[in-house]
Amino acid sequence: MDLSAINPVLLIASLMVAATPILLAAIGELVVEKAGVLNLGVEGMMIIGAIGGFAITVETGSPWLGFIASAACGAVFSLLFVLLTQVAQANQVASGLALTLFGLGLSALLGQSYVGIKPPQMGKLEIPFLSDLPVIGPILFGHDPILYIGIALTAGVWALLKYSRVGLVLRAVGENHDAAHALGYKVVRIRILAIMFGGACAGLGGAYISLIRVPQWTEGMTAGVGWIALALVVFSSWKPWRALLGAYLFGGITVVQLNLQAAGVAIPVEYLAMSPYVITIIVLVILSADKSSAPAALGRNFHASR
Amino acid sequence: MISLEKRPQPSRAWSLATPLVAVLATMVFGGLLFAMLGKPPIEAIRTIFWDPLFGEFAFYYRPQLLVKGAPLVLIAIGLSLGFKAGIWNIGAEGQYIIGAIVGAAVGLAFYPYEAWYIFPLMVISGALGGWAWAMIPAVLKVRFGTNEILVSLMLVYVAEQLLASASLRFLKNPEGFGFPGSRNLQDYPSAFNADLIAGSGMHWGVVAALIAVIFAYVLLNRHMLGFHIRLTGEAPRAARFAGVNPSRLILLCLGMSGALAGLAGLFEVSGPAGQISIDFNVGYGFTAIIVAFLGRLHPIGIMLAGGLMALTYIGGDIAQSNLGLPSAAIQVFQGMLLFFLLALDLLTNYRITLHKPEVA
Repeated sequence: MDLSAINPVLLIASLMVAATPILLAAIGELVVEKAGVLNLGVEGMMIIGAIGGFAITVETGSPWLGFIASAACGAVFSLLFVLLTQVAQANQVASGLALTLFGLGLSALLGQSYVGIKPPQMGKLEIPFLSDLPVIGPILFGHDPILYIGIALTAGVWALLKYSRVGLVLRAVGENHDAAHALGYKVVRIRILAIMFGGACAGLGGAYISLIRVPQWTEGMTAGVGWIALALVVFSSWKPWRALLGAYLFGGITVVQLNLQAAGVAIPVEYLAMSPYVITIIVLVILSADKSSAPAALGRNFHASR
Repeated sequence: MISLEKRPQPSRAWSLATPLVAVLATMVFGGLLFAMLGKPPIEAIRTIFWDPLFGEFAFYYRPQLLVKGAPLVLIAIGLSLGFKAGIWNIGAEGQYIIGAIVGAAVGLAFYPYEAWYIFPLMVISGALGGWAWAMIPAVLKVRFGTNEILVSLMLVYVAEQLLASASLRFLKNPEGFGFPGSRNLQDYPSAFNADLIAGSGMHWGVVAALIAVIFAYVLLNRHMLGFHIRLTGEAPRAARFAGVNPSRLILLCLGMSGALAGLAGLFEVSGPAGQISIDFNVGYGFTAIIVAFLGRLHPIGIMLAGGLMALTYIGGDIAQSNLGLPSAAIQVFQGMLLFFLLALDLLTNYRITLHKPEVA
């Protein structure tokens, strides 16, 4: 065992990379849940984004196009959830599960010819001088652009929910859809847009795994990240900055356990590999006592009777 | 203008018809999917749904129907009890794995001693293993209000790691030349869950599945607990006024579904699979969710749906070897089925009315 091989600066830098897919998916789901919709299909939308982004990147050679495509794939795929819950009034839990099961199958089918290919890499954001700083450089200024987009998205969603009229309407729909309807807001339309935003974010998060984090395509490669993102939304009490904090916490656990595996700690690999899931459960237990901040209409369908 | 009008009562006719319509719609769209993959659609559908039952080699495939259907029905029956009450155990895959590990461990602890009571002991410990694994989300929900969906799902990943650990370490076959995996229980008569009638596919798991169907039917239709389960799902407020104890219901529903999933795992590991190995689980726990919904959460329906789902597994395998249909296509096919089912439920709960736009 050689713990001195673990470099704390690289550890923090890779922690941020590991946290980004969780953060992207969680921010998207946070908006969806703020609108009063519980979409358990995050895992499915992520994996569709992962393969969609991967395929487009390989075909066009441009990671940027790949990421745009992944967001589009996620959003389009989430329309299936829209169809079930907003049009056909189906149970949201069951529909989310359907989305995940279907997405996992569909991605495996689409991804068959992409197994074992290495995608073109997205360049890191190199800022002269700043990126060369010791310690701070690699942590703050040496990442790929999507990582910063994730942080910017967090800030954007926070500002939108807190200060804008759109955010207020969205929250109203999530707290009490009947009242929002009575005030003349288009409940279903607002929810559809929120679900599509969530799908796009989840797609981006999935593509981040297949294009940057790993980077290659394997079946079922999201391995529960979508579910961790769902847990993270509860963890964050539906507050964007706390979602960022939580994502970094989970990213940290993942990276530390991978480093411990590499350093050859005397704990069997399997027990280290299960730690992120176990810790998710523990965190859920600690935080689920307080449910007051959950949107009041979460998971309830809205049907306007004439 | 088309508008939806909520029915005062869900339509009974549509509730029976939607699964059939959903299967038909899946066949049509599945056929389109296969055509897009460059496979002959009609032949593919026939290979999946017809050949295992009536084709040339049906004598080989029919027993497989029981082998694959039994775990699906066992798990789905358990899940349906919870789903009816709005308790979402989606970690049956994990409970299935733990049931198999615990049951196999008990059996292997006796190796090579032969006795009649070893297999019954394994069955009990398999059920207890699955029960205990489901008790984690149940107790956390009752005690701390933790979301059972997320906890039970997280525990699937934990169980998968335990499975890897079991086949690489603590249950590894000492005479296995270093290969991962436990001793093969098929070579250990006291622990082997053999076919009751040789070659019929009828092992103890099938018997257990049938008993579970009858048990669930009686429970839901003739027993107070079954009434409480249905009441909680359909009218939670009324259930509270009627004095239903939600904590007790959560513990019972999750416990029962965990025990049944554990049983399914035990029967699989001691019979068709034979040993604990890294890739022992094949997603029955997740497919059972589709089975539960396809069967309308009704015991008899689940039995039929389990058979149909087993058919798609077997037919999918045949189509894979005969037509080169990718294995993922069958997964898509099953996912599609759940989709159509949920979408078509609209017809059960709502009436679609056409009327002319009103003049202001």
